[in-house]
Amino acid sequence: MRTFNVYMTGVGGQGIGLLSEVLLRAADHAGLTVKSVDTHGLAQRGGIVVSQLRIGPEAHSPLIPAHGADLVVALERHEALRAAHAALKAGGVLICYDTVWQPLAVRLGQTPEVSAEALAEKCATLKARLVRVQHPDLTDARMQNIVVLAHIQRLGLIQPLEAAHYQQALEDLLSGRTLEKNLALFHAEGQLA
Amino acid sequence: MKDMGEMLLRQEAFAEIVMGNTALVRGMVAAGTQVVTAYPGSPTPEIATAIQSIPAERRPFYFEFSTNEKVATEVAYGASVNGHLATVFFKSVGLNVAADTFVQLSLMNLMGGLVVVLGDDPGANSSQNEQDNRHYAQLSYTPVIEPADPAEVYSFYIEAARLSRQLRMPVILRLTTHVCHAKQKVSFAAWQPPAVDRTPRFDVGNGPYIPLPFSVPELKQRALQRLEAVRAQAAACGLHRLLDHGNRQRGVITWGLPFLSLLDALGDVQPKPDVLKLGIVYPLDHGQIAAFLAEHQEVLVLEELDDLLEKEIKAKAYDLGLRTKIIGKLDAGDWIGEYTADKVKAIVHNAWPELVAAPPAKAAASLVPERPPQMCPGCGHRSAFHAIKQALAADDITVADIGCHTLGYLPPYEMGQLLMCMGASPGIGAGMSLFNPSRKVLVFMGDSTFYHAALPGVINALHNRHNLTMIVMENGTTAMTGHQDHAGSGRNIQGPAPKLPIRKILEGLGVETILETDTYQQRQLTDLVRQALAVEGFSVVIARHPCMLKFAREQRRKPGFEARRVDIDQQTCERIHACVAVFGCPTFTRGPDGRIEINPDLCIGDGSCIQVCPTQAITKPAKTGA
Repeated sequence: MRTFNVYMTGVGGQGIGLLSEVLLRAADHAGLTVKSVDTHGLAQRGGIVVSQLRIGPEAHSPLIPAHGADLVVALERHEALRAAHAALKAGGVLICYDTVWQPLAVRLGQTPEVSAEALAEKCATLKARLVRVQHPDLTDARMQNIVVLAHIQRLGLIQPLEAAHYQQALEDLLSGRTLEKNLALFHAEGQLA
Repeated sequence: MKDMGEMLLRQEAFAEIVMGNTALVRGMVAAGTQVVTAYPGSPTPEIATAIQSIPAERRPFYFEFSTNEKVATEVAYGASVNGHLATVFFKSVGLNVAADTFVQLSLMNLMGGLVVVLGDDPGANSSQNEQDNRHYAQLSYTPVIEPADPAEVYSFYIEAARLSRQLRMPVILRLTTHVCHAKQKVSFAAWQPPAVDRTPRFDVGNGPYIPLPFSVPELKQRALQRLEAVRAQAAACGLHRLLDHGNRQRGVITWGLPFLSLLDALGDVQPKPDVLKLGIVYPLDHGQIAAFLAEHQEVLVLEELDDLLEKEIKAKAYDLGLRTKIIGKLDAGDWIGEYTADKVKAIVHNAWPELVAAPPAKAAASLVPERPPQMCPGCGHRSAFHAIKQALAADDITVADIGCHTLGYLPPYEMGQLLMCMGASPGIGAGMSLFNPSRKVLVFMGDSTFYHAALPGVINALHNRHNLTMIVMENGTTAMTGHQDHAGSGRNIQGPAPKLPIRKILEGLGVETILETDTYQQRQLTDLVRQALAVEGFSVVIARHPCMLKFAREQRRKPGFEARRVDIDQQTCERIHACVAVFGCPTFTRGPDGRIEINPDLCIGDGSCIQVCPTQAITKPAKTGA
């Protein structure tokens, strides 16, 4: 099969690590050859977290070449645009949880925040499909990753992964009340029309 | 993989998705390693996480975080001369700290064997440089084995341990950042817990263990002989791989992660160059290299960081009178950064332009504002920098040290104008205080670093009567690398441990001025810093506050936890922006019209910001109802 590259990005604390581990295990449960790598310099301190995942026997290094991502998964709008610029393939897909964690220069008033329109324009230039998701009632920001996961499943953005593969992966990694909460959210969001 | 500890001790063979760092620990179990020591530092901390997932009473080996890398190496050495297979691991620059002991290891008879696991960092992802530690291997006659992926991390460690034990010499297992952190499914062999003999077998008869002028030539001779023994075994070790595509024109010699980058860069080009992938990268297997050179008209040496092998291979070809064209580094760019597939593509293209297309030119820098790492919401260091800044004149000098507080160099604080390495700030500060009656010198120090490497600098400042002030940024943990305990936390990896309070140590050394406060007491901290700076000689302010990332995580796990956060009273707010632009907590967001709001995803309700608002527009932390 052709190599399929998934580039995940967000800010430290948003749960990119868990999301990546779920996709990795889901792909493995689906019988695919898969590898990944997290790159997080000082991520816990509000820096950028990137995780890269590559599906297919022809992918050797876990690192995706520049502009080589078939799918970009972003948990924050600035990071979505940054990844669209550096990682997204022309004609690829970008799914973004549309929230904003302002970078330093924005908070210092030196530069304006990235707008939703700027992201849409960039995707249009790349002829890439943009999927924006949000969950206004979510009380725990650390579950935004599960909202995105549900939409990846619902829209079939990673073929041939199915809901059961993602669920199995979640069950590998979480337990007890945390697992219940995350599974409930995953199923509720995944069934939206 | 909910139970990593159970997996690491599983007796039957299995396959599981693991990170390179986790695969290493199964290698330690399989090889019968008895003593493991370390100092935390990226990219290696997850090795300790995996070790800690095995309950202490079931752990088949002893493990400790030592005070620093040098001590960790010494503990491993002591265990090895007693007959126990030992391993020490730390990050790239940790070897600089360990070097004084490390360079002697190869002179000794390491009865149990000793594997030094290095987390090198090409690309300087989380280090102050990208030093190529193979230089240390050459300097100390120590073999280097280098895996490319998690499966090789496991099997190469076992081979490193075998070689080390057999030849009684140190062996380096050199990992790089994205080998440590790569994840893939790895097949692990079955494991039977061996019968372990823990008799302390130290015997001076295995020595000499005293390297002094009379014994050095003999010890060095033995080290060199052992190196030759490794060279002779290299082919038989089975760690080298030859991808023979039948190409007699072109070949590539490479190893480690750049090997995988090469396969990606080549894709399905034809004709494919042959590839010799090395497993033992020092000493070089000259026989195999010579045969590969002889079979090809052109050989590219694809070598990340420095050009050690390129030089040796060229020298060997010269000695053998081989006419093979050997292509190495072309310019400084080839010495810098990680050899990703994009970078390798450019290198192969430069060597053989028609074989591989040039990679796309680097895109213009994105217009998205950069996102430098920040101190977390509620971080005590933020309050500290905010308060300390007010005690300083504009041209006073501040020296940073390693830790989360290094981030103080960023705006809006700009505190800590020079940084070198762990524990360097009191020494640097002392030098800057010479001939300097006009600019006060203030140095920062983290608590873990205080124990790690600061004491000699502190003692020097006292002994030589230097005039500077040290701020100990005490957060009770080794925060930057993932909250490991240190000598002041009252716990070690096995459980409760004696607490060595920094204050008592400083008192014992004779420091006369030791002032102390919680950093949230910002006004008091400003006053204390002013007092300390006024003292002639060496003075200390302990600026204490627990790591709030750790604290907030622990709070969230407690039953009945209720989230709190502050809010902005928009009626009172005059948009002075002290909160967002001077105090700089990432929780504050600035609207296009200058309106300040709270990011509910970030605020932890610590309230340390309330005192910075001149108009008292920040409300007390209240329950969010979440």
